[in-house]
Amino acid sequence: MSENQNGNWPLWEVFVRSSRGLSHVHAGSLHAPDATMAVRNARDLYTRRNEGTSVWVVPADAITASDPDSKGGYFESAQGKSYRHATYYTKSEGVKHL
Amino acid sequence: MSAFASHDSATKQSAGDAITAEEIAETGGKASEAVARYALRLGDDALMLSQRLGWWISRAPELEEDIALGNIALDLIGHARFLLTYAGSAWGKTEDELAYFRNEEEFRSVRLVEQENGDFGQTIARQLLFSFYQFELYTALQSSADQTLAAIADKALKEVEYHQDHAAQWILRLGLGTEESKRRIQEGLYYVWPYLDELFADEPLHDELEGIAVRPSTLREKTMDRVTALLAEAELEVPNVTQARLSAEPRDGSYSEYRGYILAEMQWLARQHPGATW
Amino acid sequence: MTEQTTTADQAATTAEQQHFDHLISEDSRVEPRDWMPEAYRKSLTRQVSQHAHSEIIGMQPEANWITRAPSLKRKAVLMAKVQDEAGHGLYLYSAAETLGTPRSVLNEQLLSGKAKYSSIFNYPARTWADMGAIGWLVDGAAICNQVPLCRASYGPYGRAMVRICKEESFHQRQGWEILYELSHGTEAQKKMAQDAVNRFYGPALQMFGPPDADSPNSQQSMEWNIKRFSNDELRQRFVDMIVPQAEALGLTLPDPDLKWNEERGHYDYGELDWNEFMSVIKGSGPCNVQRMKRRREAHANGAWVREAAQAYAERQAREAAASSEDAQDQTTVMAGRGSAELIGA
Repeated sequence: MSENQNGNWPLWEVFVRSSRGLSHVHAGSLHAPDATMAVRNARDLYTRRNEGTSVWVVPADAITASDPDSKGGYFESAQGKSYRHATYYTKSEGVKHL
Repeated sequence: MSAFASHDSATKQSAGDAITAEEIAETGGKASEAVARYALRLGDDALMLSQRLGWWISRAPELEEDIALGNIALDLIGHARFLLTYAGSAWGKTEDELAYFRNEEEFRSVRLVEQENGDFGQTIARQLLFSFYQFELYTALQSSADQTLAAIADKALKEVEYHQDHAAQWILRLGLGTEESKRRIQEGLYYVWPYLDELFADEPLHDELEGIAVRPSTLREKTMDRVTALLAEAELEVPNVTQARLSAEPRDGSYSEYRGYILAEMQWLARQHPGATW
Repeated sequence: MTEQTTTADQAATTAEQQHFDHLISEDSRVEPRDWMPEAYRKSLTRQVSQHAHSEIIGMQPEANWITRAPSLKRKAVLMAKVQDEAGHGLYLYSAAETLGTPRSVLNEQLLSGKAKYSSIFNYPARTWADMGAIGWLVDGAAICNQVPLCRASYGPYGRAMVRICKEESFHQRQGWEILYELSHGTEAQKKMAQDAVNRFYGPALQMFGPPDADSPNSQQSMEWNIKRFSNDELRQRFVDMIVPQAEALGLTLPDPDLKWNEERGHYDYGELDWNEFMSVIKGSGPCNVQRMKRRREAHANGAWVREAAQAYAERQAREAAASSEDAQDQTTVMAGRGSAELIGA
């Protein structure tokens, strides 16, 4: 990582859990020299107003992403499979608890 | 809020449920003369250090650190407001009357918190000693027989834990980082070290407040054991310097030259408009 | 490169361009790894980083008053506000970085004077009342500008704006409240408040940029949905908002041409001094030199600290790697660069 020279700290992605029972949600990023400082900086930067009960930090370059949706069919397979959804089945309409 | 409604749960905000200076003014009750004098000591320490640290905002080594130092300064001014408000209840004075309309010789802060910021190393050295001391102080003060002091200590302690951690993380990084950082943090430690004794000096006031105030001398060993262990881990030396002289009544007479400058800047505007509300 | 692949590339680019155009026309969002036209990327990087630089330079006029705030409550509020501005700068740098330019480069552009920031911060904050005027007028104008940008076509920018707008609503209110206390205080305080409003009114209106006729880049930005309303539309909206707010303060706005226009349903306002605006942007504002000097000093004085932290991180990573080799235990979680860290539940 060329940026990681001359005292330029690496980039970390920050995920915040806003309350118990919810998932961590991506909040943004920050720079920190290491994981220990990153998690502290994340607390200061992303939870100044009680936004979080928990924080994850991950080195930005450790994240592997799917292809962007402009490039082909990564999510195409999930399209057109409406039988995966309850609304696909209509015969049972009016029958309770189904 | 509809203009920027968001489903992003990472931006949900709340004010939290911690105590505020206003609540202490309303429900903290009236401090006795001795308790007020004690609260004033702790409050002045927090106020002076907050005033010092506030200077760093917009000048820190990295933007993330502007925010970290700002957080600590904000916590400290919160503590100062609790403590001055409570102290003022004994004399019918507000936090602002105490902060802005007392003269130099009426403040009761220790010299350590009045020392200059210097470079980041010097600031961190001062943070190390003060936050480690304050951690032990508030830990002990949680069991004070005075309910208001105990409640303030309880709230402050959670924040001071973070100040202590911040100082420790930086002591390690500066001590084990580069030649230059090791030199600078070591110099910073030498600069602040002579003011240690004053932190742990007992006063007759503490005898008067048995069970209410924390006797400073009882904090020394606990604080310094942890400080010296950290310095060893950071491969830094414990400064071998003589302590700055104390007057017979530590906080009543031996204040630093800096105090006058700090107050001149802090109080100037308020004193230009006595009786004004802001 | 063979002729065949060139043709294939062109075809691909066209498909990508079509996808991008489709996202924009649907008022959908472009995300970091999507293909986007180079001009869009460049324009956004400039816009978002200028915005970030403005937050960072904008800390200075207010930070100067932290040590002098006239009450402990105001001191705490001001500290929290200036700290927020550092946070807002970081949210925006974070968004700008997703466009491919690292923060170190953006920062270099600021320090070298290549990048611009909002010219309002080149005016001095001379009195305590300026803290009020900056909060009410400068942050007010900024919010007016930013609320529509919560729907900017670039996802990370819009999300940063949502967060910033939520936090800034307190900034404007605390400023208005400072002025309210002053304008209801002593004669001297009232005078101080009016003087601050007199000085900040014009520059605040200029924060929306030059008149539409003189704003060549606006049209493209509007088409890309990274600008939602024209400079003059936003300026008008702001003027209409602050007139009644000034009345509630009991202060006057320093504009003899300011009056309600029944026909338009808006307030008319006077001509602004655009020569002054251009000269401040070009560097001859009262504080350009001192603002840049302070930023450069902070960066230079912090170099040894940043380097130390980095050296420490590298040392920790080396030691962890060495010890995990010693232990021949591949399941050991690596400390340092490779690891994620968690706090809380």
